[in-house]
Amino acid sequence: MTDEPSAVPLVEMRGVEKSFPGVRALQGVRFDLRSGEVHALMGENGAGKSTLMKILTGVYQPDGGEIRIDGQPVTLPTPHAAQALGISIIHQELFLMNHLTAAQNIFIGREPRKGLGIFVDEAKLKRDAAAIFKRMKVDIDPGAEVGHMTVARQQLVEIAKALSYNARVLVMDEPTSALNETEVEHLFAVIEDLKANGVGVVYITHKMDEVKRIADRVTVMRDGQYIDTLPAAQTAMSTIIQLMVGRELADQHRATGTGTAEEVLRVEGLNRGAMIRNVSFALNRGEILGFAGLMGAGRTEVARAIFGADPLDSGTIHIHGREQKIATPADAVANGIAYLSEDRKHFGLVTGMSVRDNVTMASWRRFLSSGLFMQDDALGKVAEEYVRKLKVKTPHIHQETRLLSGGNQQKVVIAKWLLRDCDILIFDEPTRGIDVGAKAEIYRLLEDLAAQGKAIIVISSELPEVLRLSHRIAVMCEGRITGELDGRMASQEDIMTLATQRSSAAA
Amino acid sequence: MTDTAVQPAASGKPGFFTTQTMQKAVAFVVLVALLAFFSAFASNFATGANMVGIMQATAVNGVLGVAVTFVIISGGIDLSVGTMMTLTAVMAGIILTNLGMPLPIGILGAIASGAFMGAISGAVIAKLKIPPFIATLGMMQIARGLALVFSGAKPIYFNDTPNYGLLSPESSISKLIPGVEIPNGVMIMFIVAIIASIVLNRTIIGRMIFALGSNEEAARLSGINVDRWKILTYAICGGICGIAGLIVSSRLNSAQPALGLGYELDAIAAAVIGGTSLAGGRGTVIGTIIGAFIMSVLTNGLRVMGVLEEWKIVVTGVIIIVAVFIDIVLRKKA
Repeated sequence: MTDEPSAVPLVEMRGVEKSFPGVRALQGVRFDLRSGEVHALMGENGAGKSTLMKILTGVYQPDGGEIRIDGQPVTLPTPHAAQALGISIIHQELFLMNHLTAAQNIFIGREPRKGLGIFVDEAKLKRDAAAIFKRMKVDIDPGAEVGHMTVARQQLVEIAKALSYNARVLVMDEPTSALNETEVEHLFAVIEDLKANGVGVVYITHKMDEVKRIADRVTVMRDGQYIDTLPAAQTAMSTIIQLMVGRELADQHRATGTGTAEEVLRVEGLNRGAMIRNVSFALNRGEILGFAGLMGAGRTEVARAIFGADPLDSGTIHIHGREQKIATPADAVANGIAYLSEDRKHFGLVTGMSVRDNVTMASWRRFLSSGLFMQDDALGKVAEEYVRKLKVKTPHIHQETRLLSGGNQQKVVIAKWLLRDCDILIFDEPTRGIDVGAKAEIYRLLEDLAAQGKAIIVISSELPEVLRLSHRIAVMCEGRITGELDGRMASQEDIMTLATQRSSAAA
Repeated sequence: MTDTAVQPAASGKPGFFTTQTMQKAVAFVVLVALLAFFSAFASNFATGANMVGIMQATAVNGVLGVAVTFVIISGGIDLSVGTMMTLTAVMAGIILTNLGMPLPIGILGAIASGAFMGAISGAVIAKLKIPPFIATLGMMQIARGLALVFSGAKPIYFNDTPNYGLLSPESSISKLIPGVEIPNGVMIMFIVAIIASIVLNRTIIGRMIFALGSNEEAARLSGINVDRWKILTYAICGGICGIAGLIVSSRLNSAQPALGLGYELDAIAAAVIGGTSLAGGRGTVIGTIIGAFIMSVLTNGLRVMGVLEEWKIVVTGVIIIVAVFIDIVLRKKA
């Protein structure tokens, strides 16, 4: 059933619009997919790739636009409806039931029955699964429990599941992010086979070399808009990167100064599994060090390891020139290190508690009388002071923090660490979920803190943010620091080049 | 009382009608309504002797309820409070009757043994990462077994310690204020409640317990030694179980090693009826005490009305579900 790429595309999306409260996620986006091609979809984090694919797979409903399958207009009200039309998605995080076997996972909810339809026909279940694996030319035991398989094999089970629905369109969201070299090769062989059988594959990735290897065409998106579609083989990587980052930043505010020469933090040879590989860097007083990279590059992992939230396999951490053992967050805090998680609601704030209690939480022990009783008046005063200093907008310090806006919640977390006298502040996505106006305020606050002598690390997936704030930029890819750039001179292209540098190319 | 009720709203404190005060208010209204209902329809209900009986019955469940309130607010659960109470009573019996030591040592021994066992539960939960439900289910059996082993499966009587009655059936306050026949056990419950309230609302222990129950991970990432505070929480719970053990054995003038199973469910029910959230982070001691009173008024009232004992159990079950439903509704509104 090898179809020639025909005139009528398999999938055609035109003028797709989608808004979420406060954000226009997609504006007039077009995309098409031919039978038997691999079509790479590229763009920075937040460019709209996932939203577009969620619309194609029936997860989101578009606000406007048209979707045609085989030239026929369709609506895709549910993922189930999309599946019925042969559209399946392999998510970055796999959705398999770990305690069930491969065969049970593939046919979940559609098990063949026997004995008046009461019993599952396990034998047929296995046979059918084995047949699909054979067609894919992979060697997986249909009776093996999925939880015991490698991620690569689990992914193949997901693909088998999609094929069992007679998938003609397969969306793969960064399928190689957790695979090693051989596994990637194996996956590509399976994809080639799917192509040969006329399946259209949408391949979301950040990795340039993969696009070159496997894709026939590339579509680039940026800020929720369609930018261009190009033939993969004939297009230079630099062209694609330029299309992805797009906007010129000439007039944008950049970091000035360089911090001081006084070293505050130095880490050497940090390792933790595959996520942190031989990471070393130093941070000076008054400096803002940006950590750039794509999602899953290992930046958050490095931050959590330095903060003692996750154990390290190896490596040393030096604070003010002296090696310190940091095994728990309590150790880190005692050394003046603070970590401000991107997920404030889960890791930063106790949302059910008041502004006062959150601001003072890391310092409660300083506000005790007789070593036991909380000096609530003193707590209140100091909380008032920080609310004023950081301009936290709250009706009063007894307001529960869940009722504050994102920007004000972030300020409460910052206040907590300032009060605790932390002088190394690690910000993970400091402006996620914060609106544009409040962003500028957070930026100014960070700059003020650096000017006051704090040493600051900013992890950010938004390139303009990294460039706006950083004196120096460390770029990570696949657990390694692939390069360091001068924040005052670096361009988005420089960062993207380092962020997409695969380990194989470096090795 | 929480600090919300003590301080005027004008100082910028949240208003009086927070969810928690609402929940307590609802529980209180239910209690008053029950009292009014039974007074009107059960002729022997509103007598002095019956009221004393209700209070007697509330004392043990109230104290155990306060114990488990600490743990529930911290985001955990303790199923061992009932058998822990029994074990501590047996410990008091061994110290006072078998070893013939003076009363204060017996009191301290009961409380300390409860705190020690509680700390073990806490350590198992914090260090071995065993879920609280399982860890304290195990401790429930361990305490029950130890109580039987230590006592030789026979009751230990306190006949050699004539002052033991001071811990519950006697009423010291009636000597100060004639006519007020509140048993000492009930007075102890009120004192425990007041101290517990102060600990929860005014001390760093309480603040930590609320923080753990609201968001343990955020507390950990704030540099707080979560394990240590967790162990302390279960130790406090165990220590208060020791007080309950003293009250119950004083009332019976004996440590009954077979007693204790089922008390944990009544204690959890009292806390839940009083508005303590099983999800952690929310709850008050006063609510739990009201919850314990609701349960014993209901039990007593139905008995006085001649309703079958078995039905009272059914009604208690319904009350628990209704109380939690009210909690959910109130929380959605907030």
